[in-house]
Amino acid sequence: MIKELDEKLMAIRTEVYDLLENNGDPHRINELKKEYLTLAKTERVHTPEERLYLARHKLRPKVDEYINTIFDDFFCQRGDRLGKEDESIYGGVALFRGIPVTVLGHRKGHNLQENMKYNFGMPGPEGYRKALRMMKQAEKFGRPVITFIDTPGAYPGLEAEANGQSNAISENLAEMSALKVPIIAFVTGEGSSGGALAIGVANRVYMLENAVYSVLSPEGFATILWKDSTRSGEACDLMKLTAQDLFGYGVIDGIIKEPVCGAHHDPVKVYEEIDRILMKELKRYRAMSAEDIAKERYKKFRNIDAKVWKR
Amino acid sequence: MDEKKDVTVCSGCKAELTVSEMMEYLCVCPHCGKHLKISARRRVKSIVDPGSFRKLKCEVPFLNPLDYPGYEEKISSLKEKTGLEEGVLFGIGEIEGRQAVIAVMSSDFLMGSMGIAVGEMITTAFETADRQGLPVIIFAASGGARMQEGILSLMQMAKTSAAVKRFSEHGGLYIACLTHPTTGGVSASFATLADITLAEPGALIGFAGPRVIEQTIGQKLPQGFQHAEYLEEHGFVDQIVERKDMREVLSRILKLHDRQKKEKKNLLDYLRIGRK
Ligand SMILES: [Zn+2]
Repeated sequence: MIKELDEKLMAIRTEVYDLLENNGDPHRINELKKEYLTLAKTERVHTPEERLYLARHKLRPKVDEYINTIFDDFFCQRGDRLGKEDESIYGGVALFRGIPVTVLGHRKGHNLQENMKYNFGMPGPEGYRKALRMMKQAEKFGRPVITFIDTPGAYPGLEAEANGQSNAISENLAEMSALKVPIIAFVTGEGSSGGALAIGVANRVYMLENAVYSVLSPEGFATILWKDSTRSGEACDLMKLTAQDLFGYGVIDGIIKEPVCGAHHDPVKVYEEIDRILMKELKRYRAMSAEDIAKERYKKFRNIDAKVWKR
Repeated sequence: MDEKKDVTVCSGCKAELTVSEMMEYLCVCPHCGKHLKISARRRVKSIVDPGSFRKLKCEVPFLNPLDYPGYEEKISSLKEKTGLEEGVLFGIGEIEGRQAVIAVMSSDFLMGSMGIAVGEMITTAFETADRQGLPVIIFAASGGARMQEGILSLMQMAKTSAAVKRFSEHGGLYIACLTHPTTGGVSASFATLADITLAEPGALIGFAGPRVIEQTIGQKLPQGFQHAEYLEEHGFVDQIVERKDMREVLSRILKLHDRQKKEKKNLLDYLRIGRK
């Protein structure tokens, strides 16, 4: 099982870092490196359920890490201007290689305390409205929008409903579809339900190799169809929620390769790949008119299921 | 609530309603006022001028993107049972002489859930109306995205919302009537993007289902939570309209909007003359 390999590799990695920092025995370091490589070779193709495990891994890079490493001069923007700040959406303005961009994403925490604060990356309507405010502002100033998707879904709470969760999501879908600046989305962890899509109506959607993207969490899927949330493993196999499946459908435009056992084992590799993709994509959109950018996005979602029709 | 049975038991007051009572009162209980389920076809009949409705077709082949076991059989048996092609009945009809594209979701069709076919039908409804310069009236009734079609169901939320946005940018009028139940991926997409939002009394309307919310917050929900009246109170519905009044209200809204159009034109003519 992936969990075992992940933990073993992580333990070796931690030990090597410790030794390197404290001028430890070079023989031991070499031994550990060899052990690491041998173990790494035992990695098989992950099952969808294993990918779900990696997608939800507590050490997996979170939105703040993506923003801090890939962008410069980040200025965080808070509040929906309607009475609330929702910390489960994190974002603002930053520079990407000198170009101003709006960057935002679902915010998951690195520990329980943070997760409580950020509501485990499950926004209420206020979070979605904040995101839309940032995106409309990006349109005003001609900034590309870059989003990072990582959420178990929109928050199913009393207050969220009272404040119009449905309306907030639908508003984002509609407005994003016509935004006159390019939108590039990265599904980095789990992308579940309308809560993920509400910042995902992008010109280009990329997905990390072990990320998952689905109509609902596998637990929710199993509950609705079989009235049994414990059958989530079975749901994973059926739902076609991996990057490979979604690429096959044409729902996503590219897959970002991850290091052995997931992005958290060597996040820099992933940051570099995202950097490369952004450079390529932003260059492409620079040559396009605002109207054509919006049209391209409209067409993409208008024909999002075309590949399945032709099968 | 099965219309083929001789008697329908009202889920509100348990009164037994005969077929003719159901017909006469448009499936609303005459004793307690509860709005019971009405078929898509009967719904259309209850609002359009007699004989004015022309069904629109939208060719969507059967698709089973998840290869979900038993899905094809389920869909073909539902087609047979409901006489519908999929979860939406749509076409062009007239309400007191005013044309509109009318789309009615059928909760008989897998809870009115939105898969590729439903998404395509709703999108086509908006595109047709856009081309012909007609308003759109949608009766929403849905449990949300259709799980059996996986991610492509989710994508219908973006597809339909984009279609509404484009239609709206071209100046089209969209009236949504939220009926029981309107939840999940439908309430969080085209159903809540209308210019005028109506709802039927007592309809359950929300993003997350009440049971999921109760489980998440660990407490019982207050009486009437997520009901149409609750949404109206919170500012998400223009008016709650009883079924017997729906045709009149729709007719009035259509009238108000074509008058506005004409007046605008008149005003422009007036200004032009004024400038000379
Ligand atoms: Zn009754």
